[in-house]
Amino acid sequence: MGEIHLTGHPASPGLAIGPVAVLTSEVASRAAKGDPAQEAAALKVAIEGAASELADLIATVHGEAAEILEFQVAMLGDDALAEAAYEAIAGGTAADEAWRAALEAEIAGYRAADEEYFRARAADLVDIRDRVLASLNGAGTIATISGDSIVTGDDISPSTFLAVDWTRGGAIALAAGSPSSHVAMLARSRGAPMVVGLGPLPWNGQPPSLALVDGDIGTVIFDPQPETRRLFEHRMAAANAAQIAADAGRLKPALTADGRRIAVLLNVAAPEELASLDPAICDGIGLVRTEFLFEGSRGLPGEDAQYQVYRRILEWAEGRPVTIRTLDAGGDKPIPGVTVDDERNPFLGLRGIRLSLARPEVFRVQLRALCRAAIHGTLKVMLPMVAVPTELNRANAMLDAELAALTAEGVACARPPLGIMVEVPSAALCADDFSAAFYSIGSNDLTQYTMAAARDIGAVADLNDAGHPAVLALIARTVEAGRKRGVEVSLCGDAAGDTRLTNALLATGLTTLSVAPIAVARLKAAIAGVTA
Amino acid sequence: MHDANVNRAAQSFAPLTASAVLVNPVGLHARPSVKLTQLAKGFTAKIEIALAAEGPWTDAKSPVKVMRVKAPQGATLHFRVSGPDGEAALAAMLALVHDGFGEA
Repeated sequence: MGEIHLTGHPASPGLAIGPVAVLTSEVASRAAKGDPAQEAAALKVAIEGAASELADLIATVHGEAAEILEFQVAMLGDDALAEAAYEAIAGGTAADEAWRAALEAEIAGYRAADEEYFRARAADLVDIRDRVLASLNGAGTIATISGDSIVTGDDISPSTFLAVDWTRGGAIALAAGSPSSHVAMLARSRGAPMVVGLGPLPWNGQPPSLALVDGDIGTVIFDPQPETRRLFEHRMAAANAAQIAADAGRLKPALTADGRRIAVLLNVAAPEELASLDPAICDGIGLVRTEFLFEGSRGLPGEDAQYQVYRRILEWAEGRPVTIRTLDAGGDKPIPGVTVDDERNPFLGLRGIRLSLARPEVFRVQLRALCRAAIHGTLKVMLPMVAVPTELNRANAMLDAELAALTAEGVACARPPLGIMVEVPSAALCADDFSAAFYSIGSNDLTQYTMAAARDIGAVADLNDAGHPAVLALIARTVEAGRKRGVEVSLCGDAAGDTRLTNALLATGLTTLSVAPIAVARLKAAIAGVTA
Repeated sequence: MHDANVNRAAQSFAPLTASAVLVNPVGLHARPSVKLTQLAKGFTAKIEIALAAEGPWTDAKSPVKVMRVKAPQGATLHFRVSGPDGEAALAAMLALVHDGFGEA
């Protein structure tokens, strides 16, 4: 029998190997049904029974897990949940059918939500539905799953997840599921690898006996050949050793082998990424993307909404510098109501600072929110896609005007230093000419504009090389301009997290790199190996 | 932030209204909904929420109904409160939203 390779989406990182445990959704049939009054009473008892089971379970868990179950208890305790079921029972429907239909309708509402987060709550509702059905049908509770298993199925409920001892090395491989589900959050906090969205599991009857789960890239191999298994076990051993070494260095400052101190900053795309992070792992935040505030169907964010989010990020950083990038829409990031449609070549069109200057009514609101947030920490503001000094000068003038207006209104505010992203070759070549408070090299766009090759076009992707001497020369030129002008230069593109380039980047004279939180430990370990 | 003009009619239990922006990550999701409804249940006043000033209004004491609103981050949450302890209830609800439901 050949091995089966499936690819899904990573939901919790890590590698695991173990016997396959298949989740089944067997539904015990209900023997008898009575008149509407008896059926309503039976449903009431079942709901109360389910709530009391959950209360017992809450007593055995802590923190996040308890809060997730408390949500289920609150839902069960709300008469609105069973309202439709009781109505159907009064009309002659059996209690189990009525409950199932009412919950299916509720679940359908969650599955139709615009936001991934609300869609993912459907799994909690399924959990509630099945717990009450089990109680109604007198079925036993969930079968015990051994903690060293690879649990597979369509989806897994929080109750089932919590009934397993994940310290024994098991993992989860799901046909459906979501990286935003409560179970995925729990899996990440408990270190259980998890892959979702594998699609229909391709076996009938006899399931495979063994599986390899790669939660880093989102793949699962069922019934591996001995050689596949041996290579995987080798990778697991290497990953364990690297993780132990990297974790030990994550909280320490980054030093090269010859003792040079390198500042390691974080790139942040959404503030919720920070919730589980210790600010001590970094020297500050090198890039906060603000596009997330403008996405979705709710129109443009107001000044207060933006201010609250910026303030929260500054407070998280506890005084460490935080660099927030003004809206970088356009190019591959269209935003309804802001960006222009049907540009023939959006990457060479109205994007970044060009768009902000063309939409002063949107830009002004962001500048005001930033000035107000600046009093809550060490804020720096950078402009994306700057090509010529007049763009920086115009933004500086607008910042001055908004600061003066806020001051006149008696609103607490401060002027953050204004720097530029260096991602257009003209800005790198003439970096000296900009009166920027700092330079931040955006290596992704700088590489694509220098090499005239997009990385998402497969046929030319090999040309999109941030390590090409032409790109490195532009980086070195920017570093030199910063040195001459006495201002900081950092690099915040994907090249910063590519440890194959760490040597070359530090050789340009860079001393500040900004990377995604997941890359911090790996980058610090790579920096420690740099000798010159 | 809430509107500066909290409407107060002359009648003692006339509805009070105010609004606040959801600043916590991912909006009025599971845990914030539980906190909001638990807080609301502590008051005798009738408390309702909506995503627009003109409604439709949802009972803030029902977690099932509050979750059905699916209020995302950045949305403006409107409150309508009427009852003997209405002012205290409204102040407490606004404080909870401003505080981001105590989430980091």
